[in-house]
Amino acid sequence: MARDLNRYLRPGVSTTPFCPGCGHGILMNIILRAIDELRLNLDDMLFVSGIGCAAWIPSPNFNADTLHTLHGRAIAFATGAKAFNPQLKTMVISGDGDLASIGGNHLIHAARRDTDLTVICANNMIYGMTGGQAAPTTPAGAISATTGGGNPWAPFDLCRLVIGAGAGYAARFAVTQPLELKEAIKEVLGFTGFGFIEVLSPCPTQYGRRNDYGAVTDMLEDLRRRCVTADEMKRLTGTERKDRILTGVLHDERNERNEMETARA
Amino acid sequence: MSGHEPAIMPPGNYYLTGNEALAEGAIAAGCRFYAGYPITPSSEIMERMAARLDEIDGGVFMQMEDEIASICAVIGAVWAGARGMTATSGPGFSLMQEAIGYAAITETPLVIADIQRAGPGTGQATKVGGGDLMQAKWGSHGDYTPIAMCPWSVQEMYDLTIRAFNLAETWRVPVFVMGEEAVGHLKEGLTVDAPPAVINHREEKGATPFGHELPDGVPPMPAFGEGEKLLITGSTHDHRGFRKTDDPAVQAQLTGRINDKIMNHRDEIVDTEAHAVDDADIVVVACGFTARSVLYAIETLRTEGLKVGLLRLKTIWPFPDDIIRTVCGSGRKILVPEMNRGQMAGEVMKYAGGDVIPLNRTDGRIIHPHLIMETIRGIA
Repeated sequence: MARDLNRYLRPGVSTTPFCPGCGHGILMNIILRAIDELRLNLDDMLFVSGIGCAAWIPSPNFNADTLHTLHGRAIAFATGAKAFNPQLKTMVISGDGDLASIGGNHLIHAARRDTDLTVICANNMIYGMTGGQAAPTTPAGAISATTGGGNPWAPFDLCRLVIGAGAGYAARFAVTQPLELKEAIKEVLGFTGFGFIEVLSPCPTQYGRRNDYGAVTDMLEDLRRRCVTADEMKRLTGTERKDRILTGVLHDERNERNEMETARA
Repeated sequence: MSGHEPAIMPPGNYYLTGNEALAEGAIAAGCRFYAGYPITPSSEIMERMAARLDEIDGGVFMQMEDEIASICAVIGAVWAGARGMTATSGPGFSLMQEAIGYAAITETPLVIADIQRAGPGTGQATKVGGGDLMQAKWGSHGDYTPIAMCPWSVQEMYDLTIRAFNLAETWRVPVFVMGEEAVGHLKEGLTVDAPPAVINHREEKGATPFGHELPDGVPPMPAFGEGEKLLITGSTHDHRGFRKTDDPAVQAQLTGRINDKIMNHRDEIVDTEAHAVDDADIVVVACGFTARSVLYAIETLRTEGLKVGLLRLKTIWPFPDDIIRTVCGSGRKILVPEMNRGQMAGEVMKYAGGDVIPLNRTDGRIIHPHLIMETIRGIA
């Protein structure tokens, strides 16, 4: 954590809970950097998380009201708190298994209702805390603790999922795109309504080890190579595109942006 | 509308269903947040709350995507400063159980009305049942001690719901109103008095919200947005809220306190009503709608010279162990009629000195007085 952001950390918190090479520490840093640049007061904010590694980004670390909830239910808890006290600037931070598998129903309904929440989904494509089982975001063919022969199923495209459910804003970046990610977080914190940001975050311990990534840096390099903007995607051949991950502000109704269309054009 | 609190039904006599009265009791108790999901036979509570909270300043109603989301939204709203509730029936109550445990360990005051129907599974959705009594006590995993009320009339759907909120706030615990379909859909007179006393949880700036310093074991409770930098988790936590998932002392202390705070004060919580038990050879222990049939039965049998009485449990959890010991002593026969396969009877057997005789009906119909009379004549 950058030292100038220490004032956002809860007294008594001294170390991050994350494994070496985990991307969640970078994400934690970026979220606080965005809050710092917006000069938001943490006393006005509520951070809600579910169960899993990503849920520990705000709890207990952020020196604000933090609600560490049940597995999958962060958005439901946040919906109630926000509905009763609309003054609370409410951010949900949780993982892909939490928000999109066990909590998938709450995710799509919050998108449908345009609930005024910033939802940050740290997607490491695996169940990290429980030991590396396949998630609904695990790529087809990937090895996990429950798919030793390769994952037979296709993953969710989380941004498409929430856009389909009615989200007015959906963005996807990797932790290897920190500046763009920070700007997206600031953008979502600046408007009223449902904003979803998927953040690709490497899990060397549970995913990398099983899927032939020799080192943490290999995973980061892989994300840097594969995460492209819509404009970059357009210039690639069909074969090249298959390997790439479309990143950017993919859907933004307020500014009539739709990078999914651009990428396909 | 009353001059004191425009939201509350003014004093007077009303003709309402139990479900409507329950909703009005919640409003009178200061409930200003409701989240729920439709389910027979409780939906009228939700519909009334939707209409009533819409009229009230600061009232918030949310129809959620399922029962799990409903109770989670209530917990979130309560920590944001609300008095909140949800209502459901068996299948929804089952879905809520994990979050009930969360409410217990985070000491979140809230009220859940379970309007019981015939189960298990989908069962008979429109028919009466009383099979959720044990679920109310043991439904979520781990050790916790909830409070549960058993209203027997439209009046008590109102009165006991008010008490449920006050108990929830006093003890920072989930409280259940275990109505049955028969009382939920029963329509009869309701008398509303002056606005009820409303008890709030203790508040203290800067105090630790999960502390243990106070003799009654109930720490003060702040809300989000007050600058208290709350740290709330369903994991085992210390008095400040920090997760302590490998510290046996903290686990023992927390589970001890959240159970003891209720069990050590059950004299203040337990509420029973005795009818003609002093000289009774046979005591009928009953709760909820069944107790109505029992009252009719014992009054009739008394005219025949049979010494029978009724002990009615207005609260079933924590279980009134001492009262059962006193009233159901040896030498007496104890009849326990209930719309399940003997859930309360098992509890009565733990504490009664006399012979306990269960009378069970699980055909989706109420237990009629004639069945109770017939049974009593058979054992007298």
